[in-house]
Parts: sequence; structure tokens; C-alpha cells
Amino acid sequence: MKVFIRIVIFSVLISMAYWGFSNYGIPQIIPEPPPVEEQISGSMTVDQYIALGGKIFNGKGTCTLCHNPVGGRAPLLIESGKDGAPIGARAADRLKDPQYKGKAKTAEEYIHESMVEPSAFVIAGYGKPGTNDSESPMPNVSKGSIGLNEAEIGAVIAYLQKSAGVQVTVKLPTGPAPIAAAAPAEPQSAKTPEEAIAKHGCTTCHKIPGIEEAGDVGPDLTGLSKRAGKTVKGLIPEQYIMQSILTPDAYTVKGFEPGTMPADLGEKMTVKELDMIIKYLLEKKG
Amino acid sequence: MFFLKKSFSRKVSLLFFSCFIFTFILPFISLSLLPSSPSLNVAIASESPAAGSVPSGEAGVPVEGKTKVKAEEGKKPAQGKVEGEEAKKSAYMAAPKLKVEDYPIVKGFNSRIAVWIVSQLHLFFGAFVLAVPIFVLVIEGIGLSTKDERYDHMAHEFIKVSMTAFSITASLGGLLAFMFVSFYPDFFKYMAGIFGKTMIIYAILFFGESFCLYIYYYGWDRMNEGFSKWVHLTMGLMLNVFGMTLMVLSNAWVSFMMAPSGIDDAGVFSGNIWAAIRGPLWNPINLHRFIANIAFGGSIVGAYAAYKFLSAKSDEEKAHYDWMGYTANFIAIFGFLPLPFAGYWLMKEMYSYSQQMGITAMGGAFAWLFIIQAVLIGALFLGANYYLWCGMGRIKGSERYTPAIKYLIVVIVVCFLVWFTPHTLIMTSKEVTQVGGTHHPVLGYLGVMSAKNTAVNILIVSTFLSFMLYRRSNKIATVSWAGVGNALQVALFTAGAINIVSLGVYGYYIPANIRIGLSIPQVMTTLTIIIVSSVLDGFMYKGAKSTGPIEWGKMAPRSQYALFLLAVSFTWLMGLMGYVRSALRQHWHVYTVLRDNSVDAYTPTLGYAAGIITITVYIFIALVMFAFWIANFSAKKHSEASH
Repeated sequence: MKVFIRIVIFSVLISMAYWGFSNYGIPQIIPEPPPVEEQISGSMTVDQYIALGGKIFNGKGTCTLCHNPVGGRAPLLIESGKDGAPIGARAADRLKDPQYKGKAKTAEEYIHESMVEPSAFVIAGYGKPGTNDSESPMPNVSKGSIGLNEAEIGAVIAYLQKSAGVQVTVKLPTGPAPIAAAAPAEPQSAKTPEEAIAKHGCTTCHKIPGIEEAGDVGPDLTGLSKRAGKTVKGLIPEQYIMQSILTPDAYTVKGFEPGTMPADLGEKMTVKELDMIIKYLLEKKG
Repeated sequence: MFFLKKSFSRKVSLLFFSCFIFTFILPFISLSLLPSSPSLNVAIASESPAAGSVPSGEAGVPVEGKTKVKAEEGKKPAQGKVEGEEAKKSAYMAAPKLKVEDYPIVKGFNSRIAVWIVSQLHLFFGAFVLAVPIFVLVIEGIGLSTKDERYDHMAHEFIKVSMTAFSITASLGGLLAFMFVSFYPDFFKYMAGIFGKTMIIYAILFFGESFCLYIYYYGWDRMNEGFSKWVHLTMGLMLNVFGMTLMVLSNAWVSFMMAPSGIDDAGVFSGNIWAAIRGPLWNPINLHRFIANIAFGGSIVGAYAAYKFLSAKSDEEKAHYDWMGYTANFIAIFGFLPLPFAGYWLMKEMYSYSQQMGITAMGGAFAWLFIIQAVLIGALFLGANYYLWCGMGRIKGSERYTPAIKYLIVVIVVCFLVWFTPHTLIMTSKEVTQVGGTHHPVLGYLGVMSAKNTAVNILIVSTFLSFMLYRRSNKIATVSWAGVGNALQVALFTAGAINIVSLGVYGYYIPANIRIGLSIPQVMTTLTIIIVSSVLDGFMYKGAKSTGPIEWGKMAPRSQYALFLLAVSFTWLMGLMGYVRSALRQHWHVYTVLRDNSVDAYTPTLGYAAGIITITVYIFIALVMFAFWIANFSAKKHSEASH
């Protein structure tokens, strides 16, 4: 009996140790809730539509799983890289490629085709192994686990065009919002920009004018309104700040490490909060 | 005159009998499953839902009654294949679009937790009862060929402890099926619409497995000599054939849920059951589970032997259970060493099927889960090696190798630490400021796959080296080229280790999508070391001089706790990996096709999952103890009766 009790205690303790490590040895990340169809209506502004595109790009669309500067699994889309300018700018050139056999006639159609029929044209080096770049590993974003609707795809295209600094050609959706199936309660937006900045922990790494708490891991944002329009060619101040928040690694300020700023703020921040933070940073001259 | 010997002719007739069984059963299954089979066409018609059975507005594909399919096939046998496929296709329903109210609420139960625990318990017991007959058959075969009865007794005891587990597995399977029907009726209906036939075959095969098991177990003493021993072995073989077929059939359902095939975008079944079974993940899961089952089964019977060793009253008993524990540990490690390679294959196929799913597993929400996995596997490696090193104490002559142990400990611990170093660290904002980012400037480099692949390969090579030293402990090679052979082995291990580390370092300088391919040459290097070294050792120690027998039973009691560590860690690891395999589907019952819209369609935190896994492991331990107690209870009665 003694042996039996000893063994039981030993086994229980080992299991408890694994349970303890799983609970206290690693961060308890709360995974995103299942994606729902976005509420898109005709009353949206272009900026709201673009911001929504950014949110889908960084969240529900799961685009950044592969289209990121770290993995090299897929061409970069909102930043320049070895594949050339951002997709919004280079799309027109793809149509002139002699290898291109797709049906798109315009840059917007090309981006759309790349999303819903990725194998129509595969950039060299990004095909499925063993297919000689004839088949793309990317899924059709309108089907399967991603399942974006046309309005959501349009929002992403608008975001990609805006990020590249080219004219947004996507037409705003008209009509009422589609009825989302059992959408969970919308996250509560912060009421003031200061509250939004505190909520998303910006001051942990940045110094922001008008706010006492400050970190120095990221760039000092004092005087950002003056330099925001001059930092990345083709981006106006609002676009630059939006890009820095939604896709921080698109451009890294000299002297700072890429990959430090969280890349999932686009998923966590509401459109209202994003707008408030951008306006606040532009208004505070510091 | 050898060919005319009676025993030989009996063996030949037995062989024919076995071949007959195989040729009867396997074609029966294949004919039943393959789309060209006439029996399937009948089955398709009979399994087809009636026109009104599909919820209106959900199917998206016109549904036609079964009579039409049958009639069309009857009338137009010469019509084109496309038309036939269309007819079959229209006979199946699209994946339903479920709403919260489609999930029945059974008071007192949380559907997800209940199904989670019961399915995991079913998998634990299923793995155990599939694994034990495999190595029991091998051990019985060894006993027959060496004419050493100890092997036969050990094999008998192994199967004895698994007998109650068979009943528990079946009971849990039945409970799970009822739970699916009660908690997830639409999901089960959809799955049965595609796999209904295989489910019935599964149940029938279970009868076959039970039939063979009972003859195999209860006939052990009666069928122990001459021709009847061969019949007994054949029963063991058939038991494994039935078991394996059951496993691959149920794997088809699981792999379909992860990577569906044989259906269109709306989830409408094409009618080709083979296409639905042979999804991209089916074979990788088959192999992974087959190997993991052996490792798991070995570890559980190892725990049984350890318990018996610690409770043994006589030296004879101690010696027997020490030997049994050693054999069980050998089986567990034998299964454990190739397991990471099967895991690589599964992950590779997962990436090929869906890059999104692959990245979610390794770089997304579940990335931290693999740190827990690293801790568990590290504990397994340390436990297995510790047991081997303790075991060297009972072998005269092992002193020659004990100095090497301290170096092996260092290598294994370093590899373990590398393997469980995370890429990003958990820090407060102040610490982030001090470190200068979420990645540690030095340790951050150890968090990527290049370092982890290198660490796991070196871990495997080191464990193999431990085992080699153990095997050599009481032997002195007498072949003339022993010196050269040793030098060759040292060169092989050194060159292999350099190659593995160099490939790991090279991985830092190339893009991630190319880097992942480096795991293949690293694995090949490890396999080369293991295979070449084993062959070389085999020749070198043929006719070797012995420094003395292994003194079975002279083992420190603390070493037996390593066997418990292995059993609990394996069980916990299986629970964890079972969770991630299932959780990778995220909010889908059948990935991309049948969405989970229940209130539980969210991914919980890893801490929460760990809680459920721990509870499941405790229930499993309790049930296993019951199974062991029953096995000994029966043994006591036998012993009393014989006295």
C-alpha cells in the first residue's frame, strides 16, 4: 500500500508540474474569437473603408501569416522588398509580364485575381514545392477558412492601394450592411485618445507628447506631425502613422530593431481608436 | 527429407490459411470501399438522404432522391463517368450551416469538455490496446525462436494487463458515439453521410478483433506447443491486422476533419469514399499514431513493471519485473526515437495542405504549446537516459563507460534547454525596456527552428549513444578489427554531430521557407548514425567476450520512478498533442467546410487546455490502475487455487 500511495503522489505531482508550467511558465494568450462578417455599409467613408481593409489584412484575412518580412514565404504587399514596390504600385507592372496569363485588365483586377485565384500567376520562387511555380500555396480568400465576401476583399484592395501610395480605385460598397451571423458584441472603444493610447500600451515603448509615462524602446513621437509626411516617400502623414500602427515593420526608424512593435494592433484596435490616435499624434506638436 | 517433415507441412498449411484470411478480408474491405465496387453503389443509394432531409436553403446543391440515383445507374450503365459522378454528387447533402440553437443542451454537461475528455480517454486506451499486441507478438516470436520461455511468460503478462483495457476502450468508444449523437447531431449526421459505411465496417472489425483477442489470450497455455503454437501466433497476427485496420479507418475520419478531401467547396461528397479516406494527412497520421502507440504502450507496461518491482517480495520476482521494466523501456524508446521524424512528415504535409494551418500551429496561437511539448519531451529524454544509466549499475564491466555519462548529461541538458527556449519572452514593460525588445539579444536566436531541430537531433543521437554504451557494458569485442571499428564509430558520431550543427547554423542565413527543408538532411544524418552504428556494433560484438551476466533485480528503487515519469509524461504529451491536432481546426468541425457555430467555438488559452488534459490524465491513471489491479486479482486467484 505504501508503494501504491508513493506512486500515486509521484504521478499526481508530475502532472501538476506540467499543469503549473502551462499556466504560469508561458503567457496565457487569449486567441482571437472566430471571425465574423464585417459590417460594411454605404455610409462608410473611404478612410473607414481603408482602415477596415487594414483590419482584415492583419486579422480575419490572415494575410500577414505569410506576407511578412520575417518568413519570406510570400511576396511583401504593403512594403517594398526584393519583389519590388508594394503590391498596389507593382500590380500594373505584373500585367505586362510575358508570363502573365490571367484575365485581369487593371491593377485592381490583378490584386483581386491574386486573392481569389492565386494560381493564375505565381511569382517565381513562391510556388508550391515541386510545381515549378505553377501552383500557389495561397488559398482562395473568398472560400474555405478565410471566406471573405466581395466587400471585404474590396476593403483589402483599397488598403493595399492606399499603403502603396497609389490612387484607390475600389468603389465604396453601397447598400445596407449584410447581416452577420451571430456576431459577438463589438469591443468597446476608448472614449479619448489618451485612453486609447493607455489601453494599447503605446507609452510602454514610446514617448508621446502630453503623456507623462514614457518608454524608450521605440522612437520618441515628439514632433511626429512634422516628420510624418517626409519619412516614407509617397505617404502623407495620416498614411504613414496608420501604416506604422497597423504594419509596424513596413518601415523601421533608423536605430530601432524591426519586429519589436506588436504587429497585431490592427486586430485589437477599433477604427475609432485608430482615428483618434492618428489625429492626436498629428495635433500634438510637442 | 526436410520438405517432407510433418511439422513443416503443417507450417506451410498454416501459412496458406493465413494467406487465405488476408486475401479474403483485405479484398472484402477494399471492394467495399473503392468507388468502382458494385456493392458501394448500392450502399451509396441506401445511405443517400431523402430529398426532404436537407434543410431548405442550406444545401445550395439540388438534392435528389435515392431512387433516381439507383434508377439512373441501372438504366444507363454505359453513360460517361462524369454523368455518374454528377448523379452520385447530387445524392449527398452540402455541409449544413449551423446555428447556436442547432446544438442540443444536455443539462449537467458541457458538450465540448465532455467530448474532449471522453475522446482523449478513448485515444489513450485505444493506443494502449493497439500497441500491446504488436510487441507481445514480437516477444512471443522471439521466445519461440530462442526457445527461452521467459519471453513467452513476459509476453503473456503483457497481454494480461491489457485485457481489461480492451473493454474500457470499447466502452469509451460507445460513450463517445452517443455523445456525438447527443451533443453534435448535425455534425455526426454529416460525417455519417460520408463515412457511414466505414463506420459499420469498423464495428464489424471490432468483432473480429475481439474474437482473435480472446482466442489469443485464453488459448495461451493450451496452444503453447507444436503446431498449435503457430496457430496461436497466427491469432496474434490477425489480432494486429484487425487492430491496425481499425486504427487506419478511424484515422480517416479524423484526417478528413482536418483536411477534407473527396468533397466540393460546399462540402458535398463526390461519392468516392476512397477519395474521402485518402486525404493528404491520412498516411502521416497513420504512421505517427502507429509509432506513438508503441512508445506509449511500452511506457504504460513499463510503469506496471516498475510498480510490481517496487512491491516485489522475493529476489526472483524483482529480477523478473526488472527485466520486464527494461524491456518495456526499450520498447518505449524504440518507438520514441523515430517519433519526431514522423512528426516532421505530418507537419510538412500539413503545410502543403494549408500553409495557413501550418503557420497557425508553429508560429501562431499555438506556438507556445510547442514549448510545453519541448518540456515534456525533454523530461522523457532525461527519464529514459537516467533509467539506462541506473541500469548500467547492475552490469559488471559497465565501469568502463560510466565516465562518459557526465558528458552525456551535459549534452542532453544543453539540448533540452535550447529546445525549450522560447522565441519571444514574457516580460513586464520595464523588462522590455531593459532588454531592448521582446527577443532576448542572445537567447532569442535559440528560439527558432534551426536551433530546435539541431537540439532534438543531438538529443536523439545522445540517447542512442547511451543505449549503445548500455548494450556494450558487459561485452568485450573479440574481432580483430575492433579498434578500427571503434574508431569508425567515433568518426561517424563526430562527423554526424558536426553536420547536424553546421546545417543548423546555416539555417540562420537562409529564408524560412528554404530553412524548413534543412530538417530533412539533419534527420537523415541522425538516421545514418543510428543505422550504420547498429550494423557495425552487430558485427563487432558477434561472439564477444562477456564480463559477467546482467544481475537482474539489482536496480536502485529510484530508477523505477523514471519509468513512472515516462508513463505520466507520455500520457500528458499525448493529451497535449491530441488537443493541438484537434484545435488546429479552430472554429471548424470539418476544416473550411462545416463551421462550428456552437457557444464553445473559440480556442481556449493553453492554461485552460492544460487543466482539461491534467484531469483526463488523472482519470486515465485511475482506470489503468483498476485494469492492473484486475490483472493481479485474477493472478492471485490462480495462485491460491494452485496452492
